[in-house]
Amino acid sequence: MLGTIFLLALRSIQRHLLRSFLTVLGVVIGVAAVVTMVTLGNATTAAVQNQIASLGTNILQIRPGQGFGRGGGGPRPPNFEMADVTAIEQQIAGVKAAAPQVQSSGTAIFEGTNWSTTINGTTSAYFIVQPWPLAEGRGFTEAEEEAGKAVCIIGNTVRENLFRGGDAVGQRFRIRDISCDVVGILSKRGQAGFGGDQDDVVIMPIKTVQRRFTGNQDVSAILVGVDDAYSTEQVQSAISDLLRERRKLDGKEDNFNIFDTKQISDTMTGTTTLLTRIVAAVAAISLVVGGIGIMNIMLVSVTERTREIGIRLAIGAVSREVLLQFLVEAVVLSCIGGLIGLVLAQLAIALLSPLMQVPWTFDAQINIIAFAVSALIGVVFGYFPARRAANLNPIDALRHE
Amino acid sequence: MASPLISPPLISLRGITKVYGEGPNAFQALKGVDLEIARGDFIAIMGASGSGKSTTMNILGCLDVPSGGEYLFHGHHVETLDRDQRALLRRKYFGFVFQGFNLLARTSALENVELPLVYRGDSRAERRDAAMEALDKVGLKDWWDHTPGELSGGQQQRVAIARAIVTRPEVLLADEPTGNLDSARSREIMELLTEFNAGGITVLMVTHEPDMAEFARTVVHFRDGLIERIDSNGHGERVAG
Repeated sequence: MLGTIFLLALRSIQRHLLRSFLTVLGVVIGVAAVVTMVTLGNATTAAVQNQIASLGTNILQIRPGQGFGRGGGGPRPPNFEMADVTAIEQQIAGVKAAAPQVQSSGTAIFEGTNWSTTINGTTSAYFIVQPWPLAEGRGFTEAEEEAGKAVCIIGNTVRENLFRGGDAVGQRFRIRDISCDVVGILSKRGQAGFGGDQDDVVIMPIKTVQRRFTGNQDVSAILVGVDDAYSTEQVQSAISDLLRERRKLDGKEDNFNIFDTKQISDTMTGTTTLLTRIVAAVAAISLVVGGIGIMNIMLVSVTERTREIGIRLAIGAVSREVLLQFLVEAVVLSCIGGLIGLVLAQLAIALLSPLMQVPWTFDAQINIIAFAVSALIGVVFGYFPARRAANLNPIDALRHE
Repeated sequence: MASPLISPPLISLRGITKVYGEGPNAFQALKGVDLEIARGDFIAIMGASGSGKSTTMNILGCLDVPSGGEYLFHGHHVETLDRDQRALLRRKYFGFVFQGFNLLARTSALENVELPLVYRGDSRAERRDAAMEALDKVGLKDWWDHTPGELSGGQQQRVAIARAIVTRPEVLLADEPTGNLDSARSREIMELLTEFNAGGITVLMVTHEPDMAEFARTVVHFRDGLIERIDSNGHGERVAG
């Protein structure tokens, strides 16, 4: 019987194809919007998590500064020096490695090609703190670092743009006013959390950068890798104590910040998750509106088909059968709408994910949930019109014009 | 009313009343109708509009319930049945033909005729065979895939008759079956009804056309909510009244 009623519903939808399509449009848009938003939102969250994970976990980043939320004012806090880096590495338990950083920028020139890029001065410890394998070549030797030789390791973007993807290791190019030998090429890492290409970088020994470009002994940031066996919180507070002592901050506020990459990761994923939920909630409202559209049309349909209902009742349909027929019709309609919505959502995701620079993903869970909700909407919003049809008086229904 | 029948009547109405509305606006459509209908009879119910003939028809067809009195079908009380029980009764024993044909639009003749069988839970093949047979009986076998819009009025009514007899009902109720048809088509419909009556189906027909009533064995005249008189047309061997 249910199979027959299902067929009756399909026939009825088929007879009113355009109207059926317009009826389910609300559900189509609602489902498509929810699935697209949630999928893209989750993909963004995952991408942010991945990027932060690619920076490595258990990493502390130390920068001079007045702490969060404090605008300018006062003298600029002093930079660090190499002695701070050595002290952190040697005096604090749980520090796997500490890498100094000093940044500069400049235009690289190779065989008539110019490329503006970031210059990052650091030590071999940089590659111990964070996992960033070399694609080709080698790292710096101790001798090169000690002597401040003009050698460099380049990121993938620099290799593609400056060397046109050709052989780069062993080549010599000009950057600012020095000649630099390429000894290694880093593997591709991709976009950073908020824009910025991590692969657009030239890494040189810190001494080279200090001597040739910045002209001082300052270290602008320190990256600290924490041993897995130690908690980052403990190491963080030990570093804080050490730096306060070294910077003679007795009684004064910190003039440096220590960021835990895990904290940054949590904050950023928390934000994208929240945004995803808000957008999904807005989309879900359109789904409910779609349900009301179905109810509206089903009510019109009941009125319009009053005679048909009368005929069915006269030839012996019981109330339950008429109720079921209209309910099934509403559910079939909303399920068809849900399916179309799912297909549209996949298209929208395929279209939008490259624009949003997130990978194409298929989130089975949200697809199933959205489809189930569309079916539920059919039941909820189809019930009232169906009950109205089932309770019609056959004589009045037959006389209805 | 005396019953000259040997076999018990198929239908007996005893003191049936019907009141529409309440209070001062109440309208008494039937004021106590007694009627016995024997199996196999062909009855025409006549009367002016408002005389109570349609109300009687609706009650006889279990589409409506009387306000008072008793309705016995096969000796069982029907007036006490609820909505769904009456629906099941209609499904099993009654076939309906209406003045306005009342076929489902945009639905083939075959599917229209299959409709009552759907509710009986017959299989697809059973439905198809029975519906084609019924269409054959009304002479529309070759028109099975035509929708009502593609059929003439007479053809539509014949499809409606096929739908009414496809379940092999005991009683066929026809409410002004020729009301929308010209006289030639009307005669065709009446001949069909006569034919099915000869096949054993009890036919109850409401009409206001004396020509059509001629086809019946018994003519019941209504006036002001009561049976005025019952005539026998004398071309049948058994007469109810």
